[in-house]
Amino acid sequence: MIGALVANFAKRTVLAVQEFTFLLVSSLRHAFTRPRYLVDTLVQMDVIGFGSLPIVLLTGFFTGGVLALQTYRTLSTFGEVGLLGQVVALSMVRELGPVLTALMVAGRNSSGIASEIGSMLVSEQIDAMRALGTDPLRKLVTPRLFATLLTLPLLTVLSDFFGMLGGAVVSTSTARLSSAEYWTSAYQALYFEDVAQGLMKPFIFAVVVALVGCYFGLHTTGGTEGVGRSTTQAVVVACVLILILDFFFTKFLIAIGFF
Amino acid sequence: MNTRGAATSSSAPEGSALTAPVIELRHVSLAFEEKQVLNDVSFHVTAGETLVLLGVTGSGKSVVLKLILGLLKPDSGQVLIDGQDLVPLSEIQLYPLRQRMGIVFQEGALFDSLSVYENVAYRLREEGAKDEAWIERRVREVLRFVEMEQALEKMPAELSGGMRRRVAIARAIINEPSIMLHDSPTAGLDPVTAHTINLLIAKLRDVQKVSSVVVTHRLADAVVLANFTYSVEKQGLVPVTTDGGAERRAPTQFLVLRDGTVYFWGSTDELTAAQDPYLRKFLV
Repeated sequence: MIGALVANFAKRTVLAVQEFTFLLVSSLRHAFTRPRYLVDTLVQMDVIGFGSLPIVLLTGFFTGGVLALQTYRTLSTFGEVGLLGQVVALSMVRELGPVLTALMVAGRNSSGIASEIGSMLVSEQIDAMRALGTDPLRKLVTPRLFATLLTLPLLTVLSDFFGMLGGAVVSTSTARLSSAEYWTSAYQALYFEDVAQGLMKPFIFAVVVALVGCYFGLHTTGGTEGVGRSTTQAVVVACVLILILDFFFTKFLIAIGFF
Repeated sequence: MNTRGAATSSSAPEGSALTAPVIELRHVSLAFEEKQVLNDVSFHVTAGETLVLLGVTGSGKSVVLKLILGLLKPDSGQVLIDGQDLVPLSEIQLYPLRQRMGIVFQEGALFDSLSVYENVAYRLREEGAKDEAWIERRVREVLRFVEMEQALEKMPAELSGGMRRRVAIARAIINEPSIMLHDSPTAGLDPVTAHTINLLIAKLRDVQKVSSVVVTHRLADAVVLANFTYSVEKQGLVPVTTDGGAERRAPTQFLVLRDGTVYFWGSTDELTAAQDPYLRKFLV
């Protein structure tokens, strides 16, 4: 009995990985062959990128601010308040900016993608698309993937900056640090490796955000209740995968001596 | 009891036109996980013929339509469109065949984010049409055919169920398919709107000469399609007897599925004359 359950679970997991890989390869390949749905890609960039801007900026700003607040107390005991800029900059650029931005975008867009595509599936719009000569992966998945690949790194950069800005506001108001001192410390702390890893991670996270939403949307079953289930699963799986991949990618970069 | 009128899975029912079939299923079987949905199903539809597919919920009727369109592949058997087997074809290879077919899904399946105009124009744009004036002309033409030209700029959410079905028909016929598939075209509609949809199906059959497969639960709709023909002069349905007799009757066959197998395949007269208790339930 337990053996059968484990076997079924293993089979379902392997099947899911296989289908996800197929989805990834197909959606990347479609970018290099016609037809290409550029208008759909632009629309998705607006929805995913511009639409996520407010929450990403707010997240970045307040994360930087609270980071400065928390570290100020520790640094002040060692008389190293001048390092606040460095701490906020390194934390935001290397880790918090990419991860929190991806989590916010996943929460907003993986769910939206899953519910939109799931609704289309249960109302036979996907079948209608195929009947009318359109490849649903090319029309629905590829634009969302490339829209996220293009906008998530930009959102991350903005989040990083607003995080440092939040830290600057706290540093100048609470820690009585001068603006010049803060920004100089922040700027001098950042090396190429820090910025590079902070900008590589969004590309990996973008694949997760877009494709997890598309995967659960395309595998929706059970009518409207199924759409709700897919939406929830998409967000949970995307967020967990982002955290797991962040850990292993960072470990990989350390292992290869990137920094 | 397996009642097949004059039909077995390997022979045509009495009265069917002896022309090459445009749609043919040969020994098709399909299962979803543990459930056998279709089991050794064979039938064909000849040019200009209407096949009415009857059966209870879950008997596999909608699955048959999806097999014909290549949206599903059978576990065994062949699905032939104009003599070409769809089963070994890839999705890309199916597109030219699908251009010859139009399908109207049960709830219309209109694209929510596109207006009526964009929904109907969808296929033309996907096929690469760039001349906006020509696209508009064609869209207006088909919307006029289904009497929905006034709804050009509306969104699907603003339309009633019957209006959505009509727009779905317009979308399906814009590239003048030779085969039309209708999945429960009148389900959930009031009798007046259902009559309008039946009229459109008959109009397509009799004016455009398409071959049709119509899935329905309602025998009343099937009887209308079998016993009435569309009159261009009168702009409505007329009984076939007043329109010239047997040679003007639209060829209509009935296929009854039960538990995924062909239970009956025959003409209107054979179905109405059947004494089998299961078939009589459809005639009540």
